[in-house]
Amino acid sequence: MPTLLRSFLLPAVITAAIAIHAPAQDRIKVGEFASLTGGNASFGQSSHKGTQLAIDDLNSAGGVLGRQLQLITEDDQSLAGQPATIVQKFIAQDKVVAVLGEVASSKSLEAAPICQQNHIPMISPASTNPKVTEVGDYIFRVCFIDPFQGTVMAKFALAHGWKKVALLTDVKQDYSVGLGEFFIKYLKENGGEIVKEQKYSSGDKDFRAQLTSLKAAQPDAIFVPGYYAEVALIGKQARLLGLKMPLLGGDGWVGDSLLKVAGNSLDGSFFSCHFAADDQSPVVQAFVKKFRARYQETPDDMAALGYDSAMILAEAMKRAGTTQGDKLRDAIAATRNHPGITGSITLDEKRNAAKPAVILTISDGGFKFQQTVAP
Amino acid sequence: MTSRSNQAFLLVLAVLAVLTPLAGGISPYYYDILIGIGINIILAASLNLINGYTGQFSLGHAGFMAVGAYLSSWLTLQAGTPSGPAGLALFAAALLAGSLGAAVAGFAVGAPSLRLRGDYLAIVTLGFNEIIKGTIQNAEPLGAQRGLGGMGKYTGFFSAFACTAVTVLVIHNLVRSTYGRGFLATHGDEIAAESVGLNTTRYKITAFTLGAFFAGLAGGLYAHFKQFIHPEAFGFTRSMDIVVMVILGGMGNMAGVCLAAALLTVLPELLRYVAHLELLPGWLRHVAENRMIIYSLLLIVLMIARPQGLLNFKPAKVKS
Repeated sequence: MPTLLRSFLLPAVITAAIAIHAPAQDRIKVGEFASLTGGNASFGQSSHKGTQLAIDDLNSAGGVLGRQLQLITEDDQSLAGQPATIVQKFIAQDKVVAVLGEVASSKSLEAAPICQQNHIPMISPASTNPKVTEVGDYIFRVCFIDPFQGTVMAKFALAHGWKKVALLTDVKQDYSVGLGEFFIKYLKENGGEIVKEQKYSSGDKDFRAQLTSLKAAQPDAIFVPGYYAEVALIGKQARLLGLKMPLLGGDGWVGDSLLKVAGNSLDGSFFSCHFAADDQSPVVQAFVKKFRARYQETPDDMAALGYDSAMILAEAMKRAGTTQGDKLRDAIAATRNHPGITGSITLDEKRNAAKPAVILTISDGGFKFQQTVAP
Repeated sequence: MTSRSNQAFLLVLAVLAVLTPLAGGISPYYYDILIGIGINIILAASLNLINGYTGQFSLGHAGFMAVGAYLSSWLTLQAGTPSGPAGLALFAAALLAGSLGAAVAGFAVGAPSLRLRGDYLAIVTLGFNEIIKGTIQNAEPLGAQRGLGGMGKYTGFFSAFACTAVTVLVIHNLVRSTYGRGFLATHGDEIAAESVGLNTTRYKITAFTLGAFFAGLAGGLYAHFKQFIHPEAFGFTRSMDIVVMVILGGMGNMAGVCLAAALLTVLPELLRYVAHLELLPGWLRHVAENRMIIYSLLLIVLMIARPQGLLNFKPAKVKS
């Protein structure tokens, strides 16, 4: 028996082990870090599902450069300090060719310098803070940056003939102030007028003083680039005070509790966003169908952006013909008019995505796709 | 005793000096974990002085760490992050300044909250942690909500572990000195300690100040290793992690606390590795993917199995 074992079984086992391992060595490894647990878990889970779907789509279509892709996902628990460790692991242990992640800008900012130092390209699906891609020339993103949404909403307001607009910004959030600045700039340069400006701070509950002052200025619309928690209360109190003009906002409005708190008081308002699941364009509908079949849920913006980040990376690999860092970087930088789920994506010289924004409206207690606005 | 631990300290430094070139050669990932162990040992050992030896309950240790991290980073950034010997001198000065800043913060919390005990003190320290975090989140020169980056990578194997050795030695020697017995007395029975003439108030302030000093040191090392700090890194979760290290190691048991700090740093990364083992059957890998649940389960099991701490083998006190 021992002889038998040695002469037959052992080689067989070794061969089997090699057979299992062989494809693993040939696969192209891509690292993905996401907040799968912790405070930002709902964002992280979504973007991960989208990214995984893209990788599986690519693999079932034969992979890239004749090889299969392997997505190595690590959870950063929404904790600062984790992304740096994870990216070190990706680069040193897993020998990944590129890194995908994260949604939160602060996590991307932590990982980016390490990718930059090691000349490993990194693509963030949804970090909108302008600083992220300023880290270096190996850092990219597939979402638009904060200031862009301000411009888009100003364009949208003017197209509707709303020339007298009032502003209500959250002074505690860079995001809100940034959107406000670019909104004012575009509106004023194109014949619009800011009739009144008011401010609030995150966490405020009572906005009646500000709203009363805005009401006196009789604006056509009010731009409220805040986050959903305050926007819901603002919407409610605005209707109670008899303000009937539409409110305008950015992607900070997206949140389950927005409509739960606001009820139907935000009906007729508009906000900009990355993606709308009820957009009837065939690319979006095909994605929504695939996503629903796989996860039994409707994809949100993070899922769509996660999908696009992986697809842009794969496209770049195909064009570069290699996965070597420098050449891959050049190929990603050369991305032009990529037909993404979140619109046609072109990466500009600052490695940010120039792409259209989606505008949603609120009616009957739900978000509805309104239109796409090109940059 | 003291001279013996001094000899041991010199030996540790010599060993570190020999190991430093070797440490430079290992994978950056392992290096990251290794430095993380050193920093966590400093944090756990310094909290052990407050929570373990002196018997106070602080839930705000990450706040002191934040003071050290931000103060030292701000200083090195202002000085333009020079390299070479000038950089190292600057780093040493910034670390010291950060630690002193944290010590001042420790004094500031310790002094007014002395009237409070147990749960009440815990809530005050927790509140203090949030105040520091909130202040940084609103401080534009410190990067506010964006975080602060661009520090030089000054922290290395030698600096991290030399600081670890200093921390452990100072606290170990302190509580074993004649003066330091007062920390244990404060822990044991405050009224009895007062009645034999010990100023327990002073001991508590000293414990807070010194503990905060070393937490600030850990913060400075952390900031100049990760090269990016964010207010979220110094929140309640971080404080709780350190408390768990101290409790798991055994309150007031230095070797146990250091071991627990090392173990709790390595364990989550080890589970990461297990989750990606290709040889494991699919269902087992799926279980391992939820590594934070396993990690928490392991903590529960460890606490049930060794409530007195990992390395605490002394027989339990007989209660009469």
